[in-house]
Amino acid sequence: MAKTLFEKIWDTHVVKTIDGGPAVLYIDKHFIHEVTSPQAFAGLKKRGISVFRPKQIVATADHNVPTIHQELPIKEELSRLQVDTLKKNCAEFGIELYGLGHPFQGIVHVIGPELGITQPGMTIVCGDSHTSTHGAFGSIAFGIGTSEVEMVMATQCLLQTKPKLMRINVEGKLNNGVVSKDIILYIIAQISAAGATGFAVEFAGSAIRALSMEARMTICNMSIEMGARCGMIAPDETTFHYLKGRLFAPQGINFDEKIAYWSTLYSDEAAKFDKEININAADIEPMITYGTNPGMGIGVSGHVPELSEINEKEKPSFEKSLLYMGLQPGTNIKGKKVDYVFIGSCTNSRIEDLRMVASFVKGKKKADNVEVWVVPGSKQVEKQAIEEGINKIFEEAGFNLRQPGCSACLGMNEDKIPAGKYCISTSNRNFEGRQGPNARTMLASPLTAAAAAITGEVTDVRELI
Amino acid sequence: MSKSINIIKSTAVPVNIENVDTDQIIPARFLKATTREGFGENLFRDWRYNSDGQPKKDFILNNPTYHGKILVAAKNFGCGSSREHAAWAIKDFGFDVVVSSFFADIFKNNALNNFLLPVTVGDDFLQKIFSAVEKNPETEIEVSLEKQTISIPETGEQDRFDINNYKKTCLLNGYDDIDYLLSIKNEIEKFETSTN
Ligand code: SF4
Repeated sequence: MAKTLFEKIWDTHVVKTIDGGPAVLYIDKHFIHEVTSPQAFAGLKKRGISVFRPKQIVATADHNVPTIHQELPIKEELSRLQVDTLKKNCAEFGIELYGLGHPFQGIVHVIGPELGITQPGMTIVCGDSHTSTHGAFGSIAFGIGTSEVEMVMATQCLLQTKPKLMRINVEGKLNNGVVSKDIILYIIAQISAAGATGFAVEFAGSAIRALSMEARMTICNMSIEMGARCGMIAPDETTFHYLKGRLFAPQGINFDEKIAYWSTLYSDEAAKFDKEININAADIEPMITYGTNPGMGIGVSGHVPELSEINEKEKPSFEKSLLYMGLQPGTNIKGKKVDYVFIGSCTNSRIEDLRMVASFVKGKKKADNVEVWVVPGSKQVEKQAIEEGINKIFEEAGFNLRQPGCSACLGMNEDKIPAGKYCISTSNRNFEGRQGPNARTMLASPLTAAAAAITGEVTDVRELI
Repeated sequence: MSKSINIIKSTAVPVNIENVDTDQIIPARFLKATTREGFGENLFRDWRYNSDGQPKKDFILNNPTYHGKILVAAKNFGCGSSREHAAWAIKDFGFDVVVSSFFADIFKNNALNNFLLPVTVGDDFLQKIFSAVEKNPETEIEVSLEKQTISIPETGEQDRFDINNYKKTCLLNGYDDIDYLLSIKNEIEKFETSTN
């Protein structure tokens, strides 16, 4: 029978199906971090049980870590307690931890792929909604809550109901200045922040195939921003090439054998999806959000919608959102002054993102009215950036290159955007208060963010390249 | 955490805002605890309090006219981050049921795992609840998990909601998924050997 990519992986991981209920799904890899794991460990202790398969779990500290002076103890007491608790729990339960100071430390969704832990055909979970990132390798990867973290620790399984399946085909060539972040912001703007709720989404089409692995991760990362259970892309030569030689990827003859299997992971021609959406790559321009959910995106050359363009039922949320953002309906977004530029987060903090920004800003200087933070996704990205001299380029441009972590993506650690300030951010969420109480976030690609860093305002990067 | 639920009859608190994300339910800076308790204090923190900690008068949770065990929310409730702290905060505040016309996936699972019942109703019925409660804050809403119904006894209006049978049994009896999975550990081990 013809199967989708999702079904091929799902079917081989179902231990059993409960009558009239969910399936028991076997989980290959489980990532954990300091924020969503302590109560799960506490739960195990309360039940008096151990971790079932500690070797299938990898831990890191990312959400609460400072991004300067990581060699010093964390100042904030509760953050420090969480990071220390993770350390203790990992030691007690025999789990590998890439904590602060470890050469592999970084944002959980950056380190999994770069270490070769994330592989095609796997089921992967983490107590973090952006686990969807790992689907870029052709795996089923999704975020879970803390009770489910405990479940996976206890049994390496989860109870799951099979989601509906959607395919989004992006065909054609991207315009100059348009990158993968723009593709996903465009898709979310088209289908809304809840447009894929209940679905597992496969991204396909020539424009997706043409993307690098890191660019694909950016797309799958934000599947959750349209409500999707997970996002995925069929593995191909690009995937295999990326994985080859990575520390935890299969090596030598094993690798070749794996490729034979991985090559079978694609949606069969006759496979059925519950929904298909077609996007023309040429329609996409550099995108930016103006509101407080990721579906509120427009092309940089566009304008904030007029009240008359919004349907009646959505008017109250639209107005609430604009009030928060301090924007007027119908105004142009281009030329809007910005105060902060944040280049980082599990969406856009990989080496290619940093390279893209560096090659654009080389020889340029940031505008006086902006503060620019560049936060690499991991220690390895940081190291590579230094080896390639990217740090010098940033320094000359007046950018502040910091140490790895989630940083200003979520207003939890020390890096917060002050109230009322505008921040162009390469992260994934523009919710009220996401980057700090009353901070105003505009989501964009690393290129669009870099352009704003140079001009001090929302800029159409196409005019500068 | 109170285990096992069936019939809940209570007044309700209407939060008529669409796309409420979990960052609003509980902002990230309050996620630093290592236990499950006490999150109710910071439920809807930035909507409920000014930056100086004074309650915002116009936010519904600060209006004593509205109280009860049922939170009535607008479409796409619980989107965004997977933080289970959102479900803990709502439960800890004293709610046993959240009603909406549309829930985000992860939030729904998290709620179910904490014996907080997410009830999905049709758009029209949701509007009926909003207007009934807004007109008279003492209006009671009755939810029966057993019958999978939600009603406004005063007007006799009623809607049905879906829940899968397995979860229903768990909630009615106070079972949790981990107990179940632990009970089939042999099968899980067998599965591991067969796929290796
Ligand atoms: S970078 Fe942001 S979105 Fe990604 S894991 Fe960290 S907090 Fe979550």
